[in-house]
Amino acid sequence: MIDFFFGLPVPVQALLKGIAVIGVIFPIAAACSMAERKVCAWIQSRSGPNRALPPIFAWIPGAGILQRLGVWQLMADGGKFVFKEEPLPDHVNKLYYTLAPVVAMVPAFTTVTVVPFGAYLGPGGRVIPLALANVDIGILAVFAVASLGVYSLILAGWASNSKYPFLGGVRASAQLISYELSMVLAVLPVFLWVNEPGTAGTLSLARVVEFQSRPGFWGGAWFLLTMPVSALVFAVALFAETNRQPFDMPESEADLVGGFHTEYGAFKWSLFFVAEYANMIVGSAVFALLFLGGWNLFPGISLARLLGGLHHLTGWALWLHPLVAGLASIAILLGKVLATIFVFMWIRWTVPRFRYDQVMRLGWQKLLPLSIANLIAYTIGIALLQR
Amino acid sequence: MPAEHAFPDSAAKNASGEIEAERMSISMGPSHPSTHGVLRLQMELDGEVVRKAEPVIGYLHRGDEKIAENMTYNQFVPYTDRLDYLAPLANNMAYAIAVEKLAKLEIPPRCQAIRVITAEMARISAHLLGLGAFGIDVGAWTVFLYSFTEREKLYKLFEELTGARFTTSYSRIGGVTRDVPEGWTGRVNAFCEQFLPRLEETLSLLTRSRIFVDRTAGIGVISKEDAIAYGLTGPNLRASGVPLDLRKDKPYSGYEQYDFDVPVGTKGDGYDRYLVRGEEMRQSARIIRQAVARFPGGSWQAEGARRIVAPPKDRVLTSMEELIQNFMIVTEGPQMPAGEVYFEAENPKGALGFFIVSKGGGVPWRLKIRAPSFCNLSILPKVCVGAMMADIVSILGSLDFVMGECDR
Repeated sequence: MIDFFFGLPVPVQALLKGIAVIGVIFPIAAACSMAERKVCAWIQSRSGPNRALPPIFAWIPGAGILQRLGVWQLMADGGKFVFKEEPLPDHVNKLYYTLAPVVAMVPAFTTVTVVPFGAYLGPGGRVIPLALANVDIGILAVFAVASLGVYSLILAGWASNSKYPFLGGVRASAQLISYELSMVLAVLPVFLWVNEPGTAGTLSLARVVEFQSRPGFWGGAWFLLTMPVSALVFAVALFAETNRQPFDMPESEADLVGGFHTEYGAFKWSLFFVAEYANMIVGSAVFALLFLGGWNLFPGISLARLLGGLHHLTGWALWLHPLVAGLASIAILLGKVLATIFVFMWIRWTVPRFRYDQVMRLGWQKLLPLSIANLIAYTIGIALLQR
Repeated sequence: MPAEHAFPDSAAKNASGEIEAERMSISMGPSHPSTHGVLRLQMELDGEVVRKAEPVIGYLHRGDEKIAENMTYNQFVPYTDRLDYLAPLANNMAYAIAVEKLAKLEIPPRCQAIRVITAEMARISAHLLGLGAFGIDVGAWTVFLYSFTEREKLYKLFEELTGARFTTSYSRIGGVTRDVPEGWTGRVNAFCEQFLPRLEETLSLLTRSRIFVDRTAGIGVISKEDAIAYGLTGPNLRASGVPLDLRKDKPYSGYEQYDFDVPVGTKGDGYDRYLVRGEEMRQSARIIRQAVARFPGGSWQAEGARRIVAPPKDRVLTSMEELIQNFMIVTEGPQMPAGEVYFEAENPKGALGFFIVSKGGGVPWRLKIRAPSFCNLSILPKVCVGAMMADIVSILGSLDFVMGECDR
């Protein structure tokens, strides 16, 4: 199967990978949007969407459970976005207005390709990461491509030719650029630690996970435990980068009506939100890979050890099958990603929203000095430790 | 772009010679998520900073005062529902007391107690909405849903009492439309029992939240002098440090019998206004529980006013005398003496006043409404200047106005 795939011409491979990204991220993003509604409903002690059930499916056993989970509502919403009228207001710059949602989608989906989403055990228990494009510059590629997403907000705000979106676009440009800085500085210590002297330098995310799965106290501990400040700064910056409340300045609906997407509707509007959720998924995945040990179940228990232990316990050779390892690693990582997204939602529905200047002040006056101090401290610490 | 705003050659310079940015004129409302109805703010923005804010009102003007001149006193009660539509019971009561003052009617204690209970329930309901809407304005959605859960319970009680959840029209000149249902006061008491812990839980989402404090403390500061000068009333006035509460200062409907505190703020900012409203809800619950505990028996309508108060329905259907009396009141209206009266009650939003000029008969010659929201909004051009765009919604939320009352 794998050989067959690699036997295909490269463009066909790329096409299949692209389809895989869309086929995986779209449903997860959609599921996240429903999870958002359900989580906020639980937090607000109400039921959330639980009414939609197409009569033609009502006879299927279990359809009622899906109804209570809002799955049909999700499909109805998706269908609505696709089929409702596409408004194109007269006063907008039509080219850029149409382009903006696309520009939002492209970086969001491109970053997915370089994020390793699992691993399987190769010969000799070697962990081989699964990624659509296992590039060596991993994290750099994520940052580089993800930061392009800001153009969509600016473009949308500007092309809408309307005052509220314009303000949203201005806020977006300033906010996203400010927080990118702290975000990158926050992950630098991780890579300083990972790239010990004597090893080939790499920015690969898989390498970070591998480092966190090494036996021994320092190696087995997640970076969340050994670098809490980095993790905190990264998490906060992630909120800002993905426009999540309390940092959702570009679309803060209380004062800017809808922010950059005020003039959007139907499918174009929904594309912004698929992009937002895709960004959230990628951001959470990067957070899980960098700080939560990736596909290692617990600190100190790597994937190989977990499966080896299970094999030892039950005596089933099945545990060592690459497919099982791959699926287990994907499940563990996905669980962590979803848990991180849940925290995103939890915070969104609990705290109020910052004001724009407070967001900027927090970014430049608190997070940036903190991440610089953190970087310096770890640089010195790592130099002393590894000498 | 007009020539005088062209950048950079002829850019406007301020007094100190710095180039001022081009200002953006932006219209907030009348259809905007945070203007609480149909308020429109015509603003001039310098970047994100508001340099000028002009409230434009009147989008909900219905001519209530003129309408009042064309109908009998009782027929106007439903219109009072639609003044501060978040506290119709309190409006009903204020209007009824004003007319009763004109007629110099004695209101029996049971009716007074019913009115106090309903008015305080309306206050809780209105403040809950104010709190929830304020929460949304600063981005705390959950507070809104929590407070609406409690409001729903209040609405159930209103429905049981008056037959309507929203537009209650409960008062009649000289009394109320009907007596409280069996066991209703007990359910009101039970509501208060469970409401207080829920209120604490809801407020705890905001009171110590750093983001909320950052968004409200020091925002929209109204000094004591300004508050008095602009005629602010209600929680907005008290948050600025003026302990004026008509329930204490000019008691009506038997408020003097109840023991309650008047919370007063110190700084007059949005956070103080929030705290004052929170405390007022606790005090309202306290009043309700006292009123329920000593709920008097007796009549729930003024007695001996045969030309004002309609007779009991069963008597209307059996006795000629009462039938005629009822017919006269319904067709001609309650007969008032000639004269003028002004009465204001402490409504959730502030002092709601009715000035009534009567030339005798069943229809007012002139009825003027002093709407607290109208006066409270008058300070907007002052407090909004220098605030950030996002502060405007925080200020509007903290002032807690209702356009139905402002535009009337």
